[in-house]
Amino acid sequence: MPSVPSKTIHLSVNGRPVEAEVECRMPLAELLRDRLRLTGTHIGCDTSQCGACTVHVDGVAVRSCTLFAVQADGSEVRTIEGVGTAGEPHPLQAAFQEHHALQCGFCTPGMIMTALELLRTVPSPTPETVRHYLEGNLCRCTGYYNIVKAVLAAAAETQGTGRPADEGSGHASL
Amino acid sequence: MHPFDHQAPDTLAAAVKALAEDEDAQALAGGMSLVPVLRHRLAAPSVLVDLSRIPDLSFIRDHGDRLEIGAMTKHATVAASPEVRRRIPALAGLAGDIGDPLVRNRGTIGGSLANNDPAACYPSALLGLGGTVRTDRREIAADDFILGTFETALAPGELIVAVSFPVPEMAVHLKEKNFASRFSVVGLFLSRTGGRVRIGVTGAGPHAFRPTAFEDALSADFTPGALGGLAVPAGELNEDQHASAAYRSHLISVLAAMAVERCLAGGDGPRDGRA
Repeated sequence: MPSVPSKTIHLSVNGRPVEAEVECRMPLAELLRDRLRLTGTHIGCDTSQCGACTVHVDGVAVRSCTLFAVQADGSEVRTIEGVGTAGEPHPLQAAFQEHHALQCGFCTPGMIMTALELLRTVPSPTPETVRHYLEGNLCRCTGYYNIVKAVLAAAAETQGTGRPADEGSGHASL
Repeated sequence: MHPFDHQAPDTLAAAVKALAEDEDAQALAGGMSLVPVLRHRLAAPSVLVDLSRIPDLSFIRDHGDRLEIGAMTKHATVAASPEVRRRIPALAGLAGDIGDPLVRNRGTIGGSLANNDPAACYPSALLGLGGTVRTDRREIAADDFILGTFETALAPGELIVAVSFPVPEMAVHLKEKNFASRFSVVGLFLSRTGGRVRIGVTGAGPHAFRPTAFEDALSADFTPGALGGLAVPAGELNEDQHASAAYRSHLISVLAAMAVERCLAGGDGPRDGRA
Protein backbone atom coordinates (compact mmCIF):
# COMPACT_ATOMS: atom_id res chain seq x y z
CA MET A 1 0.00 0.00 0.00
CA PRO A 2 1.43 3.39 -0.94
CA SER A 3 2.26 5.72 1.92
CA VAL A 4 -0.31 8.30 2.88
CA PRO A 5 0.90 11.89 2.42
CA SER A 6 1.68 13.50 5.76
CA LYS A 7 3.00 16.81 7.02
CA THR A 8 4.49 18.24 10.16
CA ILE A 9 2.43 21.15 11.42
CA HIS A 10 2.92 23.71 14.16
CA LEU A 11 0.02 25.36 15.88
CA SER A 12 -0.98 26.77 19.20
CA VAL A 13 -3.80 25.02 21.04
CA ASN A 14 -5.27 26.87 24.01
CA GLY A 15 -2.08 28.87 24.21
CA ARG A 16 0.25 25.89 24.19
CA PRO A 17 2.54 25.20 21.22
CA VAL A 18 1.87 21.91 19.46
CA GLU A 19 3.95 20.13 16.83
CA ALA A 20 2.34 17.16 15.16
CA GLU A 21 2.90 14.95 12.17
CA VAL A 22 -0.48 14.40 10.59
CA GLU A 23 -1.86 12.78 7.50
CA CYS A 24 -2.99 15.57 5.17
CA ARG A 25 -6.49 14.08 5.28
CA MET A 26 -6.80 14.24 9.07
CA PRO A 27 -9.63 16.49 10.25
CA LEU A 28 -8.67 19.01 12.93
CA ALA A 29 -11.27 17.42 15.24
CA GLU A 30 -9.36 14.15 15.10
CA LEU A 31 -6.05 15.83 15.95
CA LEU A 32 -7.66 17.57 18.92
CA ARG A 33 -9.47 14.53 20.27
CA ASP A 34 -7.33 11.52 19.41
CA ARG A 35 -3.84 13.00 19.54
CA LEU A 36 -4.13 15.84 22.02
CA ARG A 37 -6.87 14.14 24.05
CA LEU A 38 -8.94 17.34 24.11
CA THR A 39 -12.18 15.41 24.12
CA GLY A 40 -14.34 18.39 25.05
CA THR A 41 -14.63 19.00 21.31
CA HIS A 42 -17.37 16.57 20.33
CA ILE A 43 -17.92 14.90 16.99
CA GLY A 44 -21.64 14.63 16.39
CA CYS A 45 -22.52 14.19 12.73
CA ASP A 46 -18.97 14.35 11.36
CA THR A 47 -20.58 15.67 8.16
CA SER A 48 -20.57 19.42 8.68
CA GLN A 49 -24.08 19.82 9.94
CA CYS A 50 -24.42 19.70 13.73
CA GLY A 51 -21.76 22.10 15.02
CA ALA A 52 -20.81 19.97 18.06
CA CYS A 53 -17.15 20.12 16.94
CA THR A 54 -17.00 23.94 16.84
CA VAL A 55 -13.66 25.44 17.89
CA HIS A 56 -12.02 28.80 17.25
CA VAL A 57 -9.21 29.02 14.71
CA ASP A 58 -7.46 32.38 14.82
CA GLY A 59 -10.40 33.75 16.77
CA VAL A 60 -13.08 32.53 14.38
CA ALA A 61 -15.65 29.80 15.08
CA VAL A 62 -15.36 26.87 12.66
CA ARG A 63 -16.39 23.23 12.47
CA SER A 64 -13.29 21.21 13.23
CA CYS A 65 -14.68 18.20 11.32
CA THR A 66 -14.70 20.31 8.15
CA LEU A 67 -11.19 21.63 8.37
CA PHE A 68 -8.10 19.52 7.86
CA ALA A 69 -5.44 19.82 10.53
CA VAL A 70 -2.95 20.94 7.86
CA GLN A 71 -5.19 23.93 7.15
CA ALA A 72 -4.68 25.04 10.76
CA ASP A 73 -0.88 24.98 10.42
CA GLY A 74 0.46 28.15 12.03
CA SER A 75 -2.89 29.01 13.60
CA GLU A 76 -4.09 29.60 17.12
CA VAL A 77 -6.75 27.10 18.05
CA ARG A 78 -9.02 27.48 21.07
CA THR A 79 -11.21 24.65 22.27
CA ILE A 80 -13.78 24.44 25.05
CA GLU A 81 -10.93 23.42 27.35
CA GLY A 82 -9.51 26.91 26.82
CA VAL A 83 -12.68 28.72 27.84
CA GLY A 84 -13.21 28.16 31.56
CA THR A 85 -12.68 25.65 34.32
CA ALA A 86 -15.06 23.68 36.51
CA GLY A 87 -14.08 25.86 39.45
CA GLU A 88 -14.14 29.10 37.53
CA PRO A 89 -16.53 28.80 34.60
CA HIS A 90 -16.84 31.45 31.92
CA PRO A 91 -20.02 33.55 32.33
CA LEU A 92 -21.52 31.69 29.38
CA GLN A 93 -20.81 28.34 30.97
CA ALA A 94 -22.23 29.55 34.28
CA ALA A 95 -25.32 30.82 32.48
CA PHE A 96 -25.83 27.48 30.71
CA GLN A 97 -25.77 25.79 34.11
CA GLU A 98 -27.97 28.40 35.76
CA HIS A 99 -30.62 28.34 33.03
CA HIS A 100 -30.59 24.59 32.47
CA ALA A 101 -29.44 25.08 28.88
CA LEU A 102 -28.18 21.53 28.57
CA GLN A 103 -29.59 18.12 29.15
CA CYS A 104 -27.30 15.46 27.65
CA GLY A 105 -24.61 18.09 27.12
CA PHE A 106 -23.30 16.70 23.85
CA CYS A 107 -23.91 19.89 21.84
CA THR A 108 -22.87 22.22 24.67
CA PRO A 109 -19.17 22.76 23.85
CA GLY A 110 -20.09 23.73 20.28
CA MET A 111 -22.92 25.95 21.48
CA ILE A 112 -20.56 27.76 23.85
CA MET A 113 -17.88 28.26 21.19
CA THR A 114 -20.38 29.72 18.71
CA ALA A 115 -22.08 31.83 21.39
CA LEU A 116 -18.68 33.23 22.41
CA GLU A 117 -18.19 34.49 18.89
CA LEU A 118 -21.71 35.94 18.80
CA LEU A 119 -21.16 37.93 21.99
CA ARG A 120 -17.90 39.27 20.64
CA THR A 121 -19.59 40.37 17.39
CA VAL A 122 -22.91 41.48 18.84
CA PRO A 123 -22.47 42.15 22.59
CA SER A 124 -26.18 42.80 23.22
CA PRO A 125 -28.05 40.49 20.86
CA THR A 126 -31.81 40.16 20.55
CA PRO A 127 -33.37 36.71 21.05
CA GLU A 128 -33.84 36.54 17.27
CA THR A 129 -30.15 37.25 16.67
CA VAL A 130 -29.16 34.53 19.13
CA ARG A 131 -31.43 32.04 17.38
CA HIS A 132 -30.03 32.93 13.98
CA TYR A 133 -26.44 32.78 15.18
CA LEU A 134 -26.92 29.32 16.65
CA GLU A 135 -28.51 27.98 13.44
CA GLY A 136 -25.47 25.83 12.76
CA ASN A 137 -25.49 24.16 16.18
CA LEU A 138 -28.05 21.43 16.64
CA CYS A 139 -29.48 20.36 20.01
CA ARG A 140 -31.75 17.33 20.28
CA CYS A 141 -32.74 17.82 23.94
CA THR A 142 -33.56 21.33 24.99
CA GLY A 143 -35.72 22.74 22.24
CA TYR A 144 -33.24 25.66 22.30
CA TYR A 145 -35.42 27.78 24.57
CA ASN A 146 -33.09 27.65 27.57
CA ILE A 147 -30.00 27.93 25.40
CA VAL A 148 -31.23 31.25 24.04
CA LYS A 149 -32.11 32.33 27.57
CA ALA A 150 -28.62 31.44 28.83
CA VAL A 151 -26.85 33.30 26.02
CA LEU A 152 -28.97 36.40 26.65
CA ALA A 153 -28.24 36.17 30.39
CA ALA A 154 -24.51 35.87 29.75
CA ALA A 155 -24.70 38.84 27.39
CA ALA A 156 -26.46 40.91 30.06
CA GLU A 157 -23.93 39.89 32.65
CA THR A 158 -20.83 40.56 30.59
CA GLN A 159 -22.32 43.87 29.46
CA GLY A 160 -23.05 44.75 33.07
CA THR A 161 -19.50 44.11 34.17
CA GLY A 162 -17.93 45.66 31.10
CA ARG A 163 -15.92 42.50 30.73
CA PRO A 164 -15.37 41.21 27.19
CA ALA A 165 -17.62 38.22 26.61
CA ASP A 166 -14.98 36.22 24.81
CA GLU A 167 -12.32 36.50 27.46
CA GLY A 168 -12.24 33.30 29.44
CA SER A 169 -11.84 33.42 33.17
CA GLY A 170 -9.99 30.15 33.23
CA HIS A 171 -6.56 29.73 31.83
CA ALA A 172 -6.09 27.37 29.07
CA SER A 173 -4.28 24.16 29.60
CA LEU A 174 -4.20 20.94 27.67
CA MET B 1 -11.18 9.27 3.12
CA HIS B 2 -8.94 8.78 0.13
CA PRO B 3 -5.44 10.02 0.84
CA PHE B 4 -4.25 13.26 -0.73
CA ASP B 5 -1.33 15.61 -0.42
CA HIS B 6 -1.66 19.24 0.64
CA GLN B 7 0.20 22.23 -0.76
CA ALA B 8 -0.23 25.78 0.41
CA PRO B 9 1.53 28.02 -2.13
CA ASP B 10 2.07 31.64 -1.19
CA THR B 11 1.66 33.12 -4.65
CA LEU B 12 -1.12 32.91 -7.22
CA ALA B 13 1.43 31.93 -9.88
CA ALA B 14 2.62 28.98 -7.79
CA ALA B 15 -0.97 27.83 -7.25
CA VAL B 16 -1.75 28.03 -10.97
CA LYS B 17 1.45 26.12 -11.73
CA ALA B 18 0.68 23.41 -9.19
CA LEU B 19 -2.79 22.93 -10.70
CA ALA B 20 -1.40 22.91 -14.26
CA GLU B 21 1.23 20.29 -13.48
CA ASP B 22 -1.15 17.70 -12.07
CA GLU B 23 -4.53 17.10 -13.63
CA ASP B 24 -5.71 15.37 -10.46
CA ALA B 25 -4.86 18.39 -8.29
CA GLN B 26 -7.81 20.26 -6.79
CA ALA B 27 -7.96 23.86 -5.62
CA LEU B 28 -9.17 24.35 -2.04
CA ALA B 29 -10.74 27.66 -1.02
CA GLY B 30 -12.86 27.68 2.18
CA GLY B 31 -13.67 24.00 1.79
CA MET B 32 -17.29 24.26 2.91
CA SER B 33 -18.42 22.16 -0.07
CA LEU B 34 -15.19 20.41 -0.98
CA VAL B 35 -14.25 19.05 2.46
CA PRO B 36 -17.60 17.25 2.95
CA VAL B 37 -17.22 15.84 -0.59
CA LEU B 38 -13.78 14.51 0.31
CA ARG B 39 -14.98 13.16 3.62
CA HIS B 40 -17.71 11.23 1.79
CA ARG B 41 -15.07 9.79 -0.58
CA LEU B 42 -16.87 11.36 -3.51
CA ALA B 43 -13.64 12.78 -4.92
CA ALA B 44 -10.06 11.57 -4.88
CA PRO B 45 -7.71 14.42 -5.78
CA SER B 46 -3.98 13.74 -5.68
CA VAL B 47 -3.26 17.04 -3.98
CA LEU B 48 -5.22 19.91 -2.51
CA VAL B 49 -3.81 23.26 -3.58
CA ASP B 50 -4.83 25.38 -0.61
CA LEU B 51 -5.37 29.00 -1.67
CA SER B 52 -5.65 30.39 1.85
CA ARG B 53 -1.97 31.37 2.17
CA ILE B 54 -1.93 33.55 -0.95
CA PRO B 55 -1.97 37.17 0.17
CA ASP B 56 -4.08 39.72 -1.67
CA LEU B 57 -6.97 37.39 -2.53
CA SER B 58 -9.17 38.69 0.28
CA PHE B 59 -10.27 42.29 -0.22
CA ILE B 60 -13.24 44.52 -0.87
CA ARG B 61 -12.62 47.56 -3.07
CA ASP B 62 -15.04 50.33 -3.88
CA HIS B 63 -14.35 51.55 -7.43
CA GLY B 64 -17.27 53.98 -7.44
CA ASP B 65 -19.54 52.39 -10.03
CA ARG B 66 -18.64 48.85 -8.96
CA LEU B 67 -17.50 46.82 -5.99
CA GLU B 68 -14.68 44.35 -6.41
CA ILE B 69 -14.44 41.43 -4.00
CA GLY B 70 -11.39 39.17 -3.78
CA ALA B 71 -11.97 35.47 -4.42
CA MET B 72 -10.94 34.34 -0.92
CA THR B 73 -13.12 36.89 0.85
CA LYS B 74 -15.29 35.05 3.34
CA HIS B 75 -19.08 35.33 3.42
CA ALA B 76 -18.89 36.74 6.97
CA THR B 77 -16.50 39.46 5.76
CA VAL B 78 -18.81 40.46 2.89
CA ALA B 79 -21.81 40.44 5.24
CA ALA B 80 -20.07 42.73 7.74
CA SER B 81 -18.30 44.99 5.23
CA PRO B 82 -19.30 48.66 5.61
CA GLU B 83 -18.64 49.20 1.87
CA VAL B 84 -20.91 46.35 0.77
CA ARG B 85 -23.59 47.24 3.31
CA ARG B 86 -23.61 50.82 2.07
CA ARG B 87 -23.23 50.28 -1.68
CA ILE B 88 -25.04 46.96 -2.30
CA PRO B 89 -26.87 46.11 0.93
CA ALA B 90 -28.74 43.25 -0.76
CA LEU B 91 -25.38 41.58 -1.47
CA ALA B 92 -24.30 41.93 2.16
CA GLY B 93 -27.67 40.49 3.14
CA LEU B 94 -27.20 37.56 0.77
CA ALA B 95 -23.74 36.80 2.18
CA GLY B 96 -25.07 37.02 5.73
CA ASP B 97 -27.79 34.48 5.00
CA ILE B 98 -25.61 31.76 3.47
CA GLY B 99 -25.59 28.56 5.53
CA ASP B 100 -24.85 29.37 9.16
CA PRO B 101 -22.17 31.45 10.90
CA LEU B 102 -19.71 28.54 10.93
CA VAL B 103 -20.04 28.19 7.17
CA ARG B 104 -19.83 31.95 6.62
CA ASN B 105 -16.59 32.07 8.62
CA ARG B 106 -14.84 29.74 6.16
CA GLY B 107 -16.75 29.80 2.87
CA THR B 108 -15.54 32.19 0.17
CA ILE B 109 -17.15 33.99 -2.75
CA GLY B 110 -14.64 32.53 -5.21
CA GLY B 111 -15.16 29.01 -3.92
CA SER B 112 -18.93 29.36 -4.10
CA LEU B 113 -18.87 30.62 -7.70
CA ALA B 114 -16.26 28.10 -8.88
CA ASN B 115 -18.30 25.27 -7.35
CA ASN B 116 -21.52 26.68 -8.84
CA ASP B 117 -23.88 24.57 -6.78
CA PRO B 118 -27.33 24.87 -8.41
CA ALA B 119 -28.76 26.08 -5.07
CA ALA B 120 -25.87 28.32 -3.98
CA CYS B 121 -26.63 31.98 -3.28
CA TYR B 122 -23.81 33.87 -4.98
CA PRO B 123 -24.62 32.74 -8.56
CA SER B 124 -27.98 34.55 -8.28
CA ALA B 125 -26.18 37.78 -7.33
CA LEU B 126 -23.63 37.35 -10.11
CA LEU B 127 -26.46 37.07 -12.66
CA GLY B 128 -28.81 39.52 -10.94
CA LEU B 129 -26.19 42.26 -10.81
CA GLY B 130 -24.44 41.39 -14.08
CA GLY B 131 -21.08 40.92 -12.41
CA THR B 132 -17.74 39.96 -13.91
CA VAL B 133 -15.47 37.14 -12.79
CA ARG B 134 -11.75 37.92 -13.01
CA THR B 135 -9.48 34.89 -13.18
CA ASP B 136 -5.74 34.42 -13.32
CA ARG B 137 -5.97 34.77 -17.11
CA ARG B 138 -9.11 36.67 -18.23
CA GLU B 139 -12.40 38.29 -17.36
CA ILE B 140 -15.67 36.40 -17.76
CA ALA B 141 -19.08 38.11 -17.85
CA ALA B 142 -21.77 36.65 -15.59
CA ASP B 143 -23.88 35.42 -18.50
CA ASP B 144 -20.92 33.51 -19.93
CA PHE B 145 -19.73 32.12 -16.59
CA ILE B 146 -22.53 29.77 -15.51
CA LEU B 147 -22.83 26.89 -17.96
CA GLY B 148 -24.55 24.05 -16.17
CA THR B 149 -24.96 22.11 -12.93
CA PHE B 150 -21.65 22.57 -11.08
CA GLU B 151 -20.28 23.65 -14.46
CA THR B 152 -18.68 27.02 -15.19
CA ALA B 153 -16.60 28.57 -17.96
CA LEU B 154 -13.48 28.07 -15.84
CA ALA B 155 -10.87 25.95 -17.63
CA PRO B 156 -9.18 23.17 -15.64
CA GLY B 157 -6.74 24.82 -13.25
CA GLU B 158 -8.11 28.33 -13.87
CA LEU B 159 -8.50 30.28 -10.64
CA ILE B 160 -10.91 33.07 -9.78
CA VAL B 161 -9.03 36.11 -8.48
CA ALA B 162 -11.89 38.54 -7.87
CA VAL B 163 -15.51 39.23 -8.67
CA SER B 164 -16.70 42.66 -9.72
CA PHE B 165 -20.31 43.80 -9.20
CA PRO B 166 -21.77 46.98 -10.75
CA VAL B 167 -23.41 49.06 -8.02
CA PRO B 168 -27.13 49.12 -8.85
CA GLU B 169 -29.61 51.87 -8.06
CA MET B 170 -31.58 49.35 -6.08
CA ALA B 171 -31.43 45.65 -5.36
CA VAL B 172 -33.19 43.04 -3.24
CA HIS B 173 -32.30 39.45 -2.40
CA LEU B 174 -35.01 37.05 -1.27
CA LYS B 175 -34.66 33.39 -0.47
CA GLU B 176 -37.02 30.62 0.45
CA LYS B 177 -34.62 28.27 2.16
CA ASN B 178 -34.58 24.63 3.00
CA PHE B 179 -34.82 24.52 6.78
CA ALA B 180 -32.25 21.76 7.23
CA SER B 181 -29.53 22.74 4.74
CA ARG B 182 -30.39 26.44 4.50
CA PHE B 183 -29.68 26.22 0.76
CA SER B 184 -32.19 28.00 -1.46
CA VAL B 185 -35.29 26.10 -2.49
CA VAL B 186 -35.63 29.23 -4.59
CA GLY B 187 -33.44 32.30 -4.21
CA LEU B 188 -33.91 35.46 -6.22
CA PHE B 189 -31.67 38.50 -6.64
CA LEU B 190 -33.22 41.48 -8.41
CA SER B 191 -31.46 44.71 -9.32
CA ARG B 192 -32.55 47.83 -11.17
CA THR B 193 -30.29 50.40 -12.80
CA GLY B 194 -31.33 53.07 -15.30
CA GLY B 195 -34.76 51.47 -15.59
CA ARG B 196 -33.24 48.14 -16.64
CA VAL B 197 -34.04 45.17 -14.40
CA ARG B 198 -31.91 42.04 -13.96
CA ILE B 199 -32.95 38.96 -12.03
CA GLY B 200 -30.88 35.95 -11.01
CA VAL B 201 -32.69 32.86 -9.79
CA THR B 202 -31.01 30.02 -7.92
CA GLY B 203 -32.17 26.74 -6.42
CA ALA B 204 -34.99 26.37 -8.92
CA GLY B 205 -33.32 24.93 -11.98
CA PRO B 206 -30.28 22.86 -12.98
CA HIS B 207 -28.19 26.01 -12.44
CA ALA B 208 -28.74 29.69 -11.68
CA PHE B 209 -30.49 31.50 -14.53
CA ARG B 210 -32.17 34.76 -15.57
CA PRO B 211 -35.93 34.75 -16.15
CA THR B 212 -35.67 37.19 -19.05
CA ALA B 213 -39.42 37.52 -19.61
CA PHE B 214 -39.71 38.81 -16.03
CA GLU B 215 -36.82 41.23 -16.60
CA ASP B 216 -38.37 42.61 -19.79
CA ALA B 217 -41.79 43.08 -18.20
CA LEU B 218 -40.30 44.85 -15.16
CA SER B 219 -37.99 46.99 -17.28
CA ALA B 220 -41.08 48.27 -19.12
CA ASP B 221 -43.21 48.69 -15.99
CA PHE B 222 -41.60 48.36 -12.57
CA THR B 223 -44.66 47.27 -10.61
CA PRO B 224 -45.65 43.88 -9.19
CA GLY B 225 -48.65 43.97 -11.52
CA ALA B 226 -46.38 43.91 -14.55
CA LEU B 227 -45.60 40.28 -13.68
CA GLY B 228 -49.27 39.27 -13.92
CA GLY B 229 -49.53 35.83 -15.43
CA LEU B 230 -45.80 35.42 -15.99
CA ALA B 231 -44.26 32.14 -14.79
CA VAL B 232 -41.17 30.10 -15.52
CA PRO B 233 -42.53 26.81 -16.93
CA ALA B 234 -42.35 24.06 -14.31
CA GLY B 235 -40.97 21.73 -16.95
CA GLU B 236 -37.67 23.62 -16.83
CA LEU B 237 -37.38 23.41 -13.02
CA ASN B 238 -36.18 20.96 -10.39
CA GLU B 239 -38.51 18.45 -8.82
CA ASP B 240 -37.14 16.78 -5.68
CA GLN B 241 -37.94 15.88 -2.07
CA HIS B 242 -37.71 19.55 -1.06
CA ALA B 243 -40.23 21.01 -3.47
CA SER B 244 -42.16 20.21 -6.62
CA ALA B 245 -41.31 21.98 -9.86
CA ALA B 246 -44.74 23.63 -9.83
CA TYR B 247 -44.08 25.02 -6.35
CA ARG B 248 -40.67 26.33 -7.42
CA SER B 249 -42.30 28.02 -10.42
CA HIS B 250 -44.86 29.58 -8.08
CA LEU B 251 -42.10 30.75 -5.70
CA ILE B 252 -40.18 32.48 -8.49
CA SER B 253 -43.26 34.53 -9.43
CA VAL B 254 -44.08 35.33 -5.81
CA LEU B 255 -40.51 36.25 -4.85
CA ALA B 256 -40.14 38.43 -7.94
CA ALA B 257 -43.30 40.38 -7.05
CA MET B 258 -42.13 40.69 -3.43
CA ALA B 259 -38.72 41.91 -4.60
CA VAL B 260 -40.35 44.65 -6.68
CA GLU B 261 -42.48 45.70 -3.72
CA ARG B 262 -39.41 45.86 -1.49
CA CYS B 263 -37.53 47.91 -4.06
CA LEU B 264 -40.42 50.35 -4.34
CA ALA B 265 -40.45 50.59 -0.54
CA GLY B 266 -36.79 51.61 -0.63
CA GLY B 267 -35.01 48.28 -0.81
CA ASP B 268 -33.62 46.58 2.23
CA GLY B 269 -30.35 45.97 3.89
CA PRO B 270 -28.82 43.12 5.79
CA ARG B 271 -30.77 41.96 8.81
CA ASP B 272 -28.21 40.34 11.06
CA GLY B 273 -28.53 42.27 14.31
CA ARG B 274 -25.45 44.36 13.75
CA ALA B 275 -25.82 48.09 14.13
